Amino acid sequence: MREITYRQALNEALAEEMDRDPSVFLMGEDIAIYGGAYGVTAGLMQRFGEERVRDTAISEAAIIGAGLGAAITGLRPVVEIMYVDFMGICLEQVNNQVAKIRYMFGGKTRVPLVIRTEGGAGRTLGAHHSQSLEAWFLHIPGLKVVMPSTPADAKGLLKSAIREENPILFIEHKMLYNTKGPVPEGEYLVPIGRAEVKRPGRDVTIVAHSRMLLFALEAAERLAGEGIEAEVIDPRTLLPLDIETIAASVRRTHRAVLVEEGTRTGGTGAEIGLQIMEHCFDYLDAPIRRIAGADVPMPKSPVLEKLTIPDPDRIYREVRELLA
Amino acid sequence: MNPTAIPDRVRLSIYRTMLLIRRVEERLCALYPDQEIKCPIHLYIGQEAVAAGVCARLRKSDYLVSNHRSHGHYLAKGGGLREFFAELYGRRTGCSGGWGGSMHLADPELGLLGSSAIVAGGIPIAVGAALAARMEGRGRVAAVFFGDGAADEGVFYESLNFAALRKLPVVFVCENNFYATNSRQSARQPLDNIYRRGRIFGIPGFRLDGNDAAAVYAAAGRAVERARRGRGPTLLECRTYRWKQHVGYQEDWEGGCRPARELSCWKKRCPLERFGRRLRRSGLLTPARERALTAEIDRRIEAARAAARREPSADTIECDGGD
Repeated sequence: MREITYRQALNEALAEEMDRDPSVFLMGEDIAIYGGAYGVTAGLMQRFGEERVRDTAISEAAIIGAGLGAAITGLRPVVEIMYVDFMGICLEQVNNQVAKIRYMFGGKTRVPLVIRTEGGAGRTLGAHHSQSLEAWFLHIPGLKVVMPSTPADAKGLLKSAIREENPILFIEHKMLYNTKGPVPEGEYLVPIGRAEVKRPGRDVTIVAHSRMLLFALEAAERLAGEGIEAEVIDPRTLLPLDIETIAASVRRTHRAVLVEEGTRTGGTGAEIGLQIMEHCFDYLDAPIRRIAGADVPMPKSPVLEKLTIPDPDRIYREVRELLA
Repeated sequence: MNPTAIPDRVRLSIYRTMLLIRRVEERLCALYPDQEIKCPIHLYIGQEAVAAGVCARLRKSDYLVSNHRSHGHYLAKGGGLREFFAELYGRRTGCSGGWGGSMHLADPELGLLGSSAIVAGGIPIAVGAALAARMEGRGRVAAVFFGDGAADEGVFYESLNFAALRKLPVVFVCENNFYATNSRQSARQPLDNIYRRGRIFGIPGFRLDGNDAAAVYAAAGRAVERARRGRGPTLLECRTYRWKQHVGYQEDWEGGCRPARELSCWKKRCPLERFGRRLRRSGLLTPARERALTAEIDRRIEAARAAARREPSADTIECDGGD
């Protein structure tokens, strides 16, 4: 199979859906002429025109609100918020308007809106451009939160997101844009709300999303060299969470390790861990272990940044510890 | 605008809309103490000319975004009475299925996209609807109602900028009733100039007597036409006054936030009375016709209310919203 980057995969998804459905259009800061801060929308304005690939002012609340207004009046907007760190400026629109409108008006309104953004550390961008804020959004019913970790998932999930009737927060990772992976030629979709076992194993279940999935796979490879077979699961969608796939794995391995880049307190691990408890408490042979970002604002220095987020070595060591 | 320049049919229709809003809300005031309506109500009494005047210029296919003080906007755009009462009673048959209540009325079929109870929250949504209308190219227009308090929010300015840049077909209607909850405008804003705040983006703005339905109708007509012809947004500041508390069915001058004399002055400028007087003067409304009209409206209100009250309560949180 051909290999393309995560960035190219996303770009293909946008182009294919825009080709397929004239109601799909894109809007965001620097996405048209410049092609997006990370180049995801490169070439699309040239191909589809300025009406369908729109640059906006630095007005996150207006971008989300206008996207929502267009979504409930017949279009399928894909809006981009350049960094997930900027979501604070438009959280009112996301939380009170986008996520609630379909419910608040008794289900009469469809909200086919995709909010694309990216997060994560790795480029020493400091506290305002490196956060992993996905856990915030798990507390917003009415929203779906999607976080692809591979190019193939990125493409298939984005295409599904654009076809959804509910609002999707689609969080990419800045350190994944240049990663390459096999992506099928031609049309395919990856369903929203479905986790995937990325590496089968019998000794421990590691749940990791976004960039941490890559780190978990690296750790699993090293563990395999020592006879420890870790099963690695990528939830892919955090809300709604496919707890069934995760629980089925834990019932076989009896141990769960949850990896996330975001800060530990109130993180995704807190939620996934408790759901595991609810679903398979009797199967657990060890306490559930969380490996997460430190509870500090992201430091800028490359040394400090590395200390703040999990890495493959730490996952390897912690899994070994758990199995010891 | 000289009120006699407005076609008789339209003048009567505006009057009827104002009267409907007034009678519905007066009925709510009487019903509220029964505690069968279990949601906060933000009454529109005193401001009827704004909704009636603006909506008389909108087509059914045009979009409207409202706010927490939503009854007048909903009714003026043609929202169903029975669905209205059913929503306030928390019935399954309410316009929002019992999920919304007084602050969240919607009917997408009538272009009523919804009302936001977050101050200024609906403004960018109207801009987005206008963007979709522009891309659709059929001349639809979006109107959004908000108060003077919303002009204190940042997203108001983001939305003005967004709409002006793309010359979107949206009419920003600020109902300046001089109070944001209980804080008067002069305590919040250094200058009394909301209508001018679009000018920095090139948006024409007009200050009007929001208690004069003819003036609102005239200004809204120009703004809607301008939007429909692709010339861009307009900002209307309609100066008006709410007679009741910020929330609730009583008057609130006792609380000390505003003087009783202020309220009595504004009551003398009652929009319904003023417009009615003109209709009477021009012979469009006779005392007998007025009585008949009021009686007919009251009958409709009572029939809708009674029917809504008998309807089944909303009883499931399985919303059509979940997939």
